[in-house]
Amino acid sequence: MTVNIRFDPIRLPKICQDLRHEVRDFLHEEEAAGTFDRRENAMGGIFNKEFSRKVGAKGWIGMSWPKKYGGHERTFLERYVVTEEMRVANAPVRGHFTADRQSGPIILKLADEDIKADILPRIAAGECTFCIGMSEPSNGSDLFAARVKATKTDGGWLINGSKIWTSYAHLADYMIALFRTSPCTKENRRHGLTNFLVDLKNFNDIKINPVVNLRGQHEFNEVVFEDTFIPDQYVLGEIDGAWKQATSELAYERSGPERFLETSYVLFELAQVLGKQPDSRAAEGLGRLVAGLHTLRRMSVSVNGMLQAGEEPTIQGSLVKDLGTIWEQELPAKARDLATFVPPGNSNRASFDALLNYGIQVAPKLTIQGGTTEVLRGIIARGLGLR
Amino acid sequence: MNGSDNIIINTTAKILNDLCDPQTINNSNDEKWKSTLWSALEENGLTRAWVPEEFNGVGADVADGFEILRIAGQFAIPVPIAETLLAGWLLSETGLNVPDGMLSIAPVNQHDTVMLDENDTLTGTAHQIPFGRDVAQVVVLAEKSGQTFLALVNREDCILQQYDSHASEPRDTIEFNRVSPVQCAETKVTRDHLLRMGAAIRCSEMGGALQHILNIAVQYSKEREAFGRPISKFQAVQHNLAQLAGEAAAAVSAASSAADTINSGDGFNDAGFLEIASAKIRAGEAAGKGAAIGHQVHGAIGYTTEHILHRYTQRLWSWRDDFGGESVWAVALGEFVAANGADQLWPTIAAR
Ligand SMILES: Cc1cc2nc3c(=O)[nH]c(=O)nc-3n(C[C@H](O)[C@H](O)[C@H](O)COP(=O)(O)OP(=O)(O)OC[C@H]3O[C@@H](n4cnc5c(N)ncnc54)[C@H](O)[C@@H]3O)c2cc1C
Repeated sequence: MTVNIRFDPIRLPKICQDLRHEVRDFLHEEEAAGTFDRRENAMGGIFNKEFSRKVGAKGWIGMSWPKKYGGHERTFLERYVVTEEMRVANAPVRGHFTADRQSGPIILKLADEDIKADILPRIAAGECTFCIGMSEPSNGSDLFAARVKATKTDGGWLINGSKIWTSYAHLADYMIALFRTSPCTKENRRHGLTNFLVDLKNFNDIKINPVVNLRGQHEFNEVVFEDTFIPDQYVLGEIDGAWKQATSELAYERSGPERFLETSYVLFELAQVLGKQPDSRAAEGLGRLVAGLHTLRRMSVSVNGMLQAGEEPTIQGSLVKDLGTIWEQELPAKARDLATFVPPGNSNRASFDALLNYGIQVAPKLTIQGGTTEVLRGIIARGLGLR
Repeated sequence: MNGSDNIIINTTAKILNDLCDPQTINNSNDEKWKSTLWSALEENGLTRAWVPEEFNGVGADVADGFEILRIAGQFAIPVPIAETLLAGWLLSETGLNVPDGMLSIAPVNQHDTVMLDENDTLTGTAHQIPFGRDVAQVVVLAEKSGQTFLALVNREDCILQQYDSHASEPRDTIEFNRVSPVQCAETKVTRDHLLRMGAAIRCSEMGGALQHILNIAVQYSKEREAFGRPISKFQAVQHNLAQLAGEAAAAVSAASSAADTINSGDGFNDAGFLEIASAKIRAGEAAGKGAAIGHQVHGAIGYTTEHILHRYTQRLWSWRDDFGGESVWAVALGEFVAANGADQLWPTIAAR
């Protein structure tokens, strides 16, 4: 068997580059109006409902979904451009991004008609925030060891147990959660888990407790269920069969520009602080960083183009995420070295230092969130036929 | 770019499969394979892929030429097809005839300069000329009072000092001491163009070589046993191979993106510079990391002449140096983006 990992050199069509300018204009207007500040927002404060509504009004949420559910039937590549422009501007997209990227597509695929008709248009309007309830205190990487229990009762299910590290649960309207509906079987340890839609604002008996990150910020949470009742209608997909879902969505979720642009502000500040005539040492470092970013972006565009063409570039998606998260993680450390000889009195130094220091502290999470490097490499190894 | 229905690419793969099997070449005690291989490549027009039909070439897409080279990289090609393709491209761009046979080019770095004097003879020294001693003729880019000329010279008319690459292939120093060219004409091609084409060529070859190293490393890991099981079952080995896959993918992607840029006519503007510089940097980095992992997975057997791995890793170490190594291109790219200003950095990348 030969391993053939294809990345076609796909270019964004003109319609995408036109859209890019529209998005940039919009972002500049919003900044001018004081909705956000790209430097300040690099360091948190990325949740802004009003901003999400405006993005929804522009038609930039649920871009590829059917019009009947509030979507816009545009291409993955158009969505790609919106995502990357928002990301490099550090725009406050948290209010809608999770729903746009992950939760919406899952609902589209698995939810019943009433729920689709109710929720998808609200997501697309920027009015609905989602969070993801996968990790638990006793299991993170090993998703299939999930324990939070869903017990069948009249007309629905009773949930007991805790999810943890749930980003933005305290601000979210809904969670898509993985609960245990049956024990696993001898033949299949992945059996017995089911996806549920949880209405955080309207279901009773859910407690959301803050967990503070090392920067002192409240981003993630512990979510405790105590006999929480979930009606049958809120089951997503096959009962006990959650493991069968998600193949192409995963490539999509792993390969987006947000997988290598999270600390991009450090690169832009570095270019600023080094000035127009850096010495060879700094120029070399800057050149290598740019080469890495350009290559990642070309790979990522390629994966999204292949998805648009109906292919399932699963291994390519994982490769982009592995290389991308490592690149964005190493960026602050490299920038720190390269700017060493910029004197403290340089007029751009204080600004650079503030964002650099933030980037250094954020760096560790980049290879943990959404699946660790080790887990990702295991997936790649499987794609190579080694497992 | 789409291999399956492309005659040139299918022909390349077939010829190399038949006549350039790395294990067969590695085992052979003589160099008879070399002329057989070269004749097959030449007879099928593959050495003249970038020569237009009116110059007796094949007139293939620029992209097809790069694809030939990626496949050549998969076989650790030991003959100067890349150099001959580039020489053909230079001559055709200048409107000169392209001779048969193996060709090389000079200069291949930013330091060496060859001058054309008032008697139209060439003077100067060019280092690291690939396959210098193996070729009958060399295509030389020369300067004359601010103008650039392209000359074809007989190698026998030059003074040659032999040096070898990591792969024991010629990287000779060629001295031109009032050499009269066989053909010579003013050209619109610049040294910068030559170096960009050369860099992009090596990127395609490196991408192909890394793809093949990944293949043989994956294969070997499934066959080799240690501690009672195939080494492919050890997580540390799996993670090494996953990283090798990432490096191979990055090199191939960067190379094909650069090739695509040249193919669409943007190779020699600013967009082309970003693409080609990035590719040479990233593919060069991948060559270093990828070769290291390839060796690690193979253990001692990979560190022998019997095994074919070295045919790939030695060429990677050599190809990453040719036409400017990572550092050369990185300084230039860093200076370019810095001079454009920080505000232009993202727009420059996003435009690709
Ligand atoms: C900022 C942030 C936001 C997050 N947001 C969310 C969220 O919104 N929703 C949610 O559900 N989760 C979220 N997570 C949790 C995240 O998905 C988990 O942290 C991650 O999956 C790893 O799980 P863990 O922390 O329990 O580590 P563990 O699984 O305990 O792993 C610890 C270490 O062991 C390694 N390891 C584990 N298994 C293996 C193996 N088989 N082979 C080799 N090494 C292994 C890991 O790679 C890691 O290095 C978030 C995490 C962070 C940091």
